[in-house]
Amino acid sequence: MELNDLPLSGPWGERHLLGLESLSSEQLTTVLDLAEHYDHITSGGTQRLDVLKGLVVANLFFENSTRTRTSFSLAARRLGADTVDFTASSSSLSKGETFIDTALTIEAMGVDMVVCRHRTSGAPHLLARHLKASVLNAGDGTHEHPTQGLLDIYTIRKARGRISGLTVALVGDIRHSRVARSNIHGLVTLGARVIVCGPATLIPNDITRMGVEIAHNLDDILPEVDCVNLLRVQFERQRGAFFPSIAEYATLFGMNGDRIRRAKSDLLVLAPGPINRGVELTPDVADGPHSAILNQVSHGLLIRMACLTLLTQERRRNLGGQS
Amino acid sequence: MSNLLIRGGRVIDPANLLDDIADVLIQNGRIASVIRAADNPSASAVPEGFTTIDARGLIVSPGFIDTHVSLREPGFEEDESTASGTAAALAGGFTTIAAQSDTSPVIDNRSAAEFIRLQAERAGNCRVYPLGAVTKESKGEELAEIGQLVQGGAVGFSDAKRSVANSEVMRRALEYTGMFDRPILHFAMVPELSEGGIMHEGYQATRLGLRGIPAAAQDIMTGRDIALAELTGGRIHLMCLTTSDSVQRVRTAQAAGIAVTADVTPHHLLFTDEALTSYDTMYKCNPPLRSSEHVQALIAGLKDGTLSAITADHQPLAFEKKQVELDVAPFGICGIETLLAVCIRALIEPGHLTWPELIARLTTGPAAVLGLKHGTLTVGEPGDVTLIDPSEQWTVNAAAFRSKSRNTPFDGMTFTGRVVKTIVDGDVRYQTVR
Repeated sequence: MELNDLPLSGPWGERHLLGLESLSSEQLTTVLDLAEHYDHITSGGTQRLDVLKGLVVANLFFENSTRTRTSFSLAARRLGADTVDFTASSSSLSKGETFIDTALTIEAMGVDMVVCRHRTSGAPHLLARHLKASVLNAGDGTHEHPTQGLLDIYTIRKARGRISGLTVALVGDIRHSRVARSNIHGLVTLGARVIVCGPATLIPNDITRMGVEIAHNLDDILPEVDCVNLLRVQFERQRGAFFPSIAEYATLFGMNGDRIRRAKSDLLVLAPGPINRGVELTPDVADGPHSAILNQVSHGLLIRMACLTLLTQERRRNLGGQS
Repeated sequence: MSNLLIRGGRVIDPANLLDDIADVLIQNGRIASVIRAADNPSASAVPEGFTTIDARGLIVSPGFIDTHVSLREPGFEEDESTASGTAAALAGGFTTIAAQSDTSPVIDNRSAAEFIRLQAERAGNCRVYPLGAVTKESKGEELAEIGQLVQGGAVGFSDAKRSVANSEVMRRALEYTGMFDRPILHFAMVPELSEGGIMHEGYQATRLGLRGIPAAAQDIMTGRDIALAELTGGRIHLMCLTTSDSVQRVRTAQAAGIAVTADVTPHHLLFTDEALTSYDTMYKCNPPLRSSEHVQALIAGLKDGTLSAITADHQPLAFEKKQVELDVAPFGICGIETLLAVCIRALIEPGHLTWPELIARLTTGPAAVLGLKHGTLTVGEPGDVTLIDPSEQWTVNAAAFRSKSRNTPFDGMTFTGRVVKTIVDGDVRYQTVR
């Protein structure tokens, strides 16, 4: 199956995927629908297609990530693309070469798409300004992680059949979470009610301007919630201590069996991982019937296949329709 | 020393409350007379030995003064040198600048201050007065040799962008500098609150996932500095105010007779924190670009004189230093050559300030901060004059800067109004190519 054989997708028109903030509900739905289509025709992404045949996708990872990088590599290869992996030390300055020079060097090797993970917010935007290749943000600092947001939303939509009208709680370190920002933008645009819940030190007050509610007591909101997304406590991004102890965090904001019993019976539990078992959630919740954690991983592959496809379609259109 | 007749321009000299069509005569490098056209209807002949400049349609201003300019020499010659920085100052209409102490090594001793003056003399561009460091190596721990720095020509004291965080050290510094009647130019910022920050803390920072620097980081230190100025009777000048609360604190303190002054930059007037949406390192400056409520308060502060000086806060940075990720990029804008144009856009065009008000913030205001007699067209003073064409449209071309650096967010922007001639001691040191 090649690119031209795919059914006509909904509106897209983006050369890069840098975040979900600027996407409309129609564009978001286009991605979700294409991911669903891939789920059907490839039995969950296990069969290989030729949609990206002849293209080169470079994974530029300036920050450690095994899961996301593997998922992107696999998605690109399932679609028939060649992949190159470039992993750099956290600071490009340490080698005396600027970040942009590094990216230009890699692009000169004939790369069509760049998947970028970087510890600095806005780094993919810098690439998008300097490169001819399409740039796909695989997580930038504390800004956005659009494919993670999309796969979380896909998981909720698959379980519930819709997003609009649902109440989703994002729990934990909102301040430092790119996953939170992408989830917020996507969910709010698609009509969900979003509550962010966590210690006051980890929730900036002005986040309400993004269309969310703030809560600091998980037990109060739990009965209203259809889905909880338990964000990882980002010890590595925090400067100093934002809460007194991990034990206190787990007591106030950890998801455990007791809390599950007080929630709606069909509560969906997501966690973008990697999870700290015993902190954000207890093992019985992680492995229990409410958990969709492993589904999230397989959905990640489908979402990344869909995003790579849409960016390629747009590239072809810009190059004058040649396939 | 030249003899110059600047004829028929709109002469604005705030120190002498003059705003009228007039001729300015400079003899042997000093202002010899300023004669209003109304008092000289026959337009007497050009005296012999004088060069005439036709200034009809132009604004004739005293040469501009900047209270703190980073010249980067010694130590950071890849960014700027005394020669390139002073040439850039001339292109911006500045005839007098105070050189910031943030060199390497810092200007914390007499010979270092004398080196600045020597280099400025060699460059032969504009007047340069050194600022000495407040503390040794600007570490904020022990007082620098302030008395000897004064002997070396320091007109004021500053640890540049490093706040003197220890209140006891700052108290002693204010007491000690007071002995020489020199101001401390302080960067009011609480380090613990600003550390690691990239932009103004608020909705935009939350949205963009960038670590914020809260307005309170400046407000708290502004409040402390005012309290210490009151306690000691020392003179404090707050550099680069950016917040509404700080402006209000300074306003209240001035009304109470406390010796505090403050300045503001043009980029903090034209841009808001929303500019960071591009993640462009050119907008990364310290203090950060604030939100529009703060910008409105800064403009009000300029209008009522609470903020008595405008500074470019010139921070030249070599090209490659800004070609990196936003979090590792250094703060700063190379802004002295575009200052006037940006001020016109932000202040004159919307009607916030009149021309005499703007020129006062660029001449008499900063002169008073530094205790200098410059910045006027008073007879007998040096012939330092800036000619402005208020209607010329031009587009900023950073590649043509006199500065060694090009780190400007204004590149490619079109402005109305520019400096066309800069005159020091009656000598035309800069003019635009016509």
